[in-house]
Amino acid sequence: MSKQRYYQDVAVGDEVTPLVKEPTTRQLVMWAGAVGDYMPIHYDKDFARSRGLSGVIVHGQLVGAFLGQLMTDWIGERGTLRKLSCSYKGMNYPGEAVTCKGGVVKKYVENEQHFVECNLWAENPKGERTASGMAIVILPSRG
Amino acid sequence: MTEASSAIEKLKSKVGVEWEPREYEVGREMIRLFARAVGDSNPLWQDGTIAPPTFILSIGFEQFVEDLMNLTPFNTVLMGSTDIECYQPVRLGDTITVVFKISNLRERQGEMGKMAFMTFDSSYKNQKQETVAKCRQMVIGY
Repeated sequence: MSKQRYYQDVAVGDEVTPLVKEPTTRQLVMWAGAVGDYMPIHYDKDFARSRGLSGVIVHGQLVGAFLGQLMTDWIGERGTLRKLSCSYKGMNYPGEAVTCKGGVVKKYVENEQHFVECNLWAENPKGERTASGMAIVILPSRG
Repeated sequence: MTEASSAIEKLKSKVGVEWEPREYEVGREMIRLFARAVGDSNPLWQDGTIAPPTFILSIGFEQFVEDLMNLTPFNTVLMGSTDIECYQPVRLGDTITVVFKISNLRERQGEMGKMAFMTFDSSYKNQKQETVAKCRQMVIGY
């Protein structure tokens, strides 16, 4: 685990350390079991095609969980993820990388808590944003 | 009236109505399975005593989807968006009570027939009656 990130270490415009995930169909099956989402569009290619998709797709919520990991990795053990929002704008397919990225847009202190707001998104290998959103985190302060 | 439109009428009567609360006890292997499924190797969750924030998505979701699918003729739902607010971490041994509610419903004619855009809210309390998280998600049924 990398060293703890503090509020004072962060500036508006900073990049959140990117996270590259490579979901496989096996991972989709594990996710289906872990959250109880057994929609066949995530494991049955023929069914997915019958619903207008070009193949099995990655669960939107799994991409959301990747964005959650992007943030929990970045804030370290003593950071807190307070809010995570994302909209799913396009499909991710198993076998293709999902690159999660973000940037710091705002930092502020409220009720003695040190908040950092980031925008976030997930890209497919063509660089298209398949999900985008924001997160609010609380970081420890050196002060 | 087509099957899809009558189902949407039925769903409309559910908008704003809280579903029956359901309780789930958080076990160690549920947390570990979740972290493995995400491929999240953060040491914080490896022993299964504290759950990653997005773990909340798994609580009661299977039952919710089953209830939703029983109310509709849709054979697929796609996730449109996920918003999570986390007030405190979910821990091993917590008993979480979840309440779901459809808060908004819009319909549209899509290429594959009638589509419904459903927003649902869920709130999660632990055994001490403390709210640990709230979620708002949008799903597209078609």
